[in-house]
Amino acid sequence: METSSSIPKPAPLLQIAGVKKQYGSVPVLRGVDLNVRRGQVVTILGPSGSGKTTLLRCVNFLEVYDGGSVQIDGQEVGYRDVVQKKFRSERDLARIRAETGMVFQMFNLFPHLTAAENVMLGLTKVRGKSKGEARDLASHWLGRVGLGDKLDRLPSQLSGGQQQRVGIARAVAMGPKILLLDEITSALDPELVGEVLDVVLDLADEGMTMLVVTHEIAFAREVSSEIVFMADGVIDTQGPPEDLFEGARGSERFRAFLSRFETHHRRR
Amino acid sequence: MGYALNFNLIWRHFDRLWGGLILSLELAVLAIGIGVVIGLVLAIAHVSGGRLTRAAIGAYVEVIRNVPLILLVYLVFYGLPQAVDIAYDATTSFVATLSLYAGAYLVEVFRSGLAAVPAGLIDAGKAIGLTPWQRLIHVRLPTMLRITLPALSNTFVSLFKDTSIASVIAVPELTYGAQWINTNTFRIVEVYLIVTGMYLVTGYAILLGLRAIERRFSIGR
Repeated sequence: METSSSIPKPAPLLQIAGVKKQYGSVPVLRGVDLNVRRGQVVTILGPSGSGKTTLLRCVNFLEVYDGGSVQIDGQEVGYRDVVQKKFRSERDLARIRAETGMVFQMFNLFPHLTAAENVMLGLTKVRGKSKGEARDLASHWLGRVGLGDKLDRLPSQLSGGQQQRVGIARAVAMGPKILLLDEITSALDPELVGEVLDVVLDLADEGMTMLVVTHEIAFAREVSSEIVFMADGVIDTQGPPEDLFEGARGSERFRAFLSRFETHHRRR
Repeated sequence: MGYALNFNLIWRHFDRLWGGLILSLELAVLAIGIGVVIGLVLAIAHVSGGRLTRAAIGAYVEVIRNVPLILLVYLVFYGLPQAVDIAYDATTSFVATLSLYAGAYLVEVFRSGLAAVPAGLIDAGKAIGLTPWQRLIHVRLPTMLRITLPALSNTFVSLFKDTSIASVIAVPELTYGAQWINTNTFRIVEVYLIVTGMYLVTGYAILLGLRAIERRFSIGR
């Protein structure tokens, strides 16, 4: 890791401060503060409508936040002047977005491109790599997610789990500073969830910084260095998984949220 | 009553029909080719341009779509050379008219196609750091073309049938060939039976071919 030992506490890689967002008159985010340090895996849990996906999409400015600040490596994401609310130019925004990787619930693979070409597009057009270099990188990363033999398949010829692994390879191959995972197993058949989560666990082991939104509680418990529970557009409970799960800490609302999952699992 | 079909006279002049069919196909291919270029350029201008651009494109589309094609053919062939100092032959005039006509329909096809590109794909393009222009070239247009292929096929078959209107300005395509044989042999029923069959078979063959291409390029969701 590139952190220097002379600095006792390095600034967080991702700093979210007082972020607010409304859809019309409906507040979705009501002032969220959250830091993610290098190598951390922070998982956001919460009921639907709590604003967790919206928060995640603010990090690469797929959603415009109306107030507060989102900084990656000290750089404001969406605004060149956050006080005056002056947006960055599209070119500038593209450059900043290339520093984050995102994996989507619905995979969102480019349907006209093969698995390898999906990974190569950003490498050639954004990173300026040659076709050959990009192909080698795509082959490397698709191999890493267990799809070394599917390079030339179109998305329509792949299962959901395979498509999602291409989605992960596409994001990781760009060498992002932080990976954003947006409910990446919610659209998968239950038997395909494991193969995707295994890839994420591997990445976490290698020190990839991640901000994760998921409904897989057991997975969150295993992979996370920090758990964040959101409700009604604010962070309700936050802490390391040991404290929140074994230590049974957190708000009443969080305990109720967890117990719903537990009774559900027991019933199965 | 008691009309006796006699195809002999028709076969003697069949080269006119065959040559006419080839020209009809050429006219349709040229018109769809130029029409696709017009449609693409204007659709992109429409989604990325200002209000004035949109209004101008909208006016073009509405005028062309609400004036009968035959009238457009007359206007371009007889009217335009009187108004401005240009000269062209009937075939060139018709290709220009049919291309403008195709373009107006294809702008709408491509515009709705661009709107139908799933938002998630555009998000994915943004997320890997593509600029708006790169997203258009590498994500939106290729996806849009696959979405609009069936509409493009239908447009091509329509244009192929519309080439028959070129007969009104004596472009020697298939329908004109039929009229020539009529005036010279008076075998009206026979000629139109054969020409109908030729349009039908050719149009259907084109459609089958294009459907096969669509299956090859379908994005299968």
